[in-house]
Amino acid sequence: MHFGQIFALAIKEFLALLRDKRSRIVIIVPPVVQLVVFSFAATYDLNNISIAVYNRDPGSVSRQLVSRLEGSSNFKIIRMINHEAEIAPLIDNRDVLLVLNIGPHFSADMLRGISTPVQLILDGRNSNTAMTAMNYLRTILQDFNSEWMKRQGQAGPKTVLEIRNRYNENLQSRWFIVPGIVGLLILVVTLLVTALSVAREREAGTFDQLLVTPIRPVEILAGKAIPGIVLGFIESTVIIILMVVLFKIPLRGDIGALYLGIVLFLFSATGVGLMISAISVTQQQAILGTFLFLVPAIILSGFATPIANMPEVVQWLTYLDPLRYFLVIVRGVFLEGDSYGLLFNQYWPMLIISMVTLAFSGWLFRHRMY
Amino acid sequence: MNKNSNSRMRLLGMVRKESWQILRDPSSIAIAFVMPVVLLFLFGYGVSLDARHIPVGIVIEQPDLASRSLAGSFERSEFFSPLYFNAIQDAEKAFDERKIEGIIWLRNNFSSNLLSGQPAPIGVIVNGVDSNQASITRGYIQGTWLAWLTLYAQVQGRTLSMPIELQQRVWFNAALSSRLFLVPGLIAIIMTLIGSLLTAMVVAREWERGTMEALMVTPLRMGEMLVGKLIPYFVLGMGGMLFSVALAVWQFEVPLRGSFWLLVVCSALFMLVALLIGLLISIVSKNQFVAGLIAIIVTFLPAFILSGFLFDINSMPAPIQMITHLVPARYFVAILQTLFLAGDVWPVILSNMGALFLMLIFFFALVWKKSRKRLE
Repeated sequence: MHFGQIFALAIKEFLALLRDKRSRIVIIVPPVVQLVVFSFAATYDLNNISIAVYNRDPGSVSRQLVSRLEGSSNFKIIRMINHEAEIAPLIDNRDVLLVLNIGPHFSADMLRGISTPVQLILDGRNSNTAMTAMNYLRTILQDFNSEWMKRQGQAGPKTVLEIRNRYNENLQSRWFIVPGIVGLLILVVTLLVTALSVAREREAGTFDQLLVTPIRPVEILAGKAIPGIVLGFIESTVIIILMVVLFKIPLRGDIGALYLGIVLFLFSATGVGLMISAISVTQQQAILGTFLFLVPAIILSGFATPIANMPEVVQWLTYLDPLRYFLVIVRGVFLEGDSYGLLFNQYWPMLIISMVTLAFSGWLFRHRMY
Repeated sequence: MNKNSNSRMRLLGMVRKESWQILRDPSSIAIAFVMPVVLLFLFGYGVSLDARHIPVGIVIEQPDLASRSLAGSFERSEFFSPLYFNAIQDAEKAFDERKIEGIIWLRNNFSSNLLSGQPAPIGVIVNGVDSNQASITRGYIQGTWLAWLTLYAQVQGRTLSMPIELQQRVWFNAALSSRLFLVPGLIAIIMTLIGSLLTAMVVAREWERGTMEALMVTPLRMGEMLVGKLIPYFVLGMGGMLFSVALAVWQFEVPLRGSFWLLVVCSALFMLVALLIGLLISIVSKNQFVAGLIAIIVTFLPAFILSGFLFDINSMPAPIQMITHLVPARYFVAILQTLFLAGDVWPVILSNMGALFLMLIFFFALVWKKSRKRLE
């Protein structure tokens, strides 16, 4: 190993990357902008859901219930309707997410102590939103019910559920999503920086020149890998500082455990990038390969939808995805306060992924004929 | 007349050249046909928000009739696969090791308190890291508990009735299956990818290889060159689109309640916008590396996060909501979800098509202007 040569090659790679003003901007600006925009955008929490109420009940109890809804920050009553025919267009046109339909005998039944139905009509086009809204409404109704029973002197159920949420006490989706966005952005930048490096030289014909120099393939590999790792390391540090300062995500665990994860993740992303690059003949193929890896890697990582919900065969596929392990590490260190011991099972798969991909790309440098 | 036929010939020549180029490099065909299949299969099966068999730990400190019947209710539910513990410490340990997502804790005085009429609280701990799954899990735990309460009251010869009974009717997706709304959204994302990727690289490559100069000295006019580049990719992209729709309907059993031809018209409109964005990227960047990076950054990631495919736009902060209006996928996702699940709801379709049409004009003008300037 000649470290001088590796170093010189790495410098050359950096220059190739940063010489062009456009590629400089493209590497640095978008990750930061996207972190901010996406972090504010990506939330499963609902607020100000537009709803309509169809109240046929002349009594006062239904008015209490409606004012309870008005007081909630989750719902915004935008229309009180008087005819059943108004319901369908409101929902069809997406003016409201749900309509609450209170029957004519509601107050009378409640006062007599008879169980009375309230109908809820929901737009199921986005089933997750519908389910979340339904859960919000159910909580409000449950509170209303138990207060009503208490006031009427009825005995409610003797057991109650005392639910606590661990690690993310107020169930803010931002705490879950922002660490995911970090992994996603680091992956995008590292992959693109490395995936095109060899393909670009192949297309220009300079890679052959590199191969006939005394630099050995291992050294070429190292020289090509360094820029992506260094850039990814700097960007992840910036992003983590932003997470703590701007988004106030609690950093509860060991920062060393986080950085060990970052380094392993960068190595595996670089390995995948170089492998794509070594397989492709043209830059277009390299970019395609990047896409074909990146898009499934993001979707199957557990970034937005849980891996546990996937069918078993797809779950096996996720074991090949370095982002899967990294997301557990970021969320574990930030929210759950994890340290090295609990994360061991996330570290070694990334180590294996990086060793296999790096070795394979080094071999391909010599043996790929085109 | 003669001028027209000349122009048509030049255009045909351009289309032929581009088509050959596509056919010779199989990667374009791969983008248009292989990618939708792979992605739609992976995502259609992989992306789901419907939790089933959530691992929960049930801590029973004193096994008896009441605690066993409550555990039985969880055992029978398709939403849970319970593990049993005798002490809360063991459950906590499994919880920390992520073996279980929640703990249901029945203390040793649970049954005796229940029988003697004293308060008998049940402790529930839910892993809140994935907040969305956590609130779904909470909902299921509450539902199972309520069902058990009714059952338990019946066993004791009482009836338990709540003052207000909520009856829900979910329109368009009665079973609340997340696949039905995710698959149409995925089609929008995949089409965004294909449309912009296909074209993002083509002009950049011509600049990089210097063949742009060669095209410039031909009598080919700017408009002819643009249209000539768009037509083959449009055909390819629409092929991929129809393929995805067929998969959605037959493989994933998403109902197509709206009209098929309206879907084709909307898709064509969206495909043109996506192709123009790709073309614009490729003209501005002149370099395949930058073009590829921009294509990922401005098309795929915003389509994934800002389109309303997964995250509700109305709940985003107002400035972010304004940004989402710049994402064409936003309009297409709304159209697709409505056309597939609800039917031809004209107010929704027309307003979103109008927005896409405005984007089409805007991007065409921009591409036109940019490409002229470069050629001078």
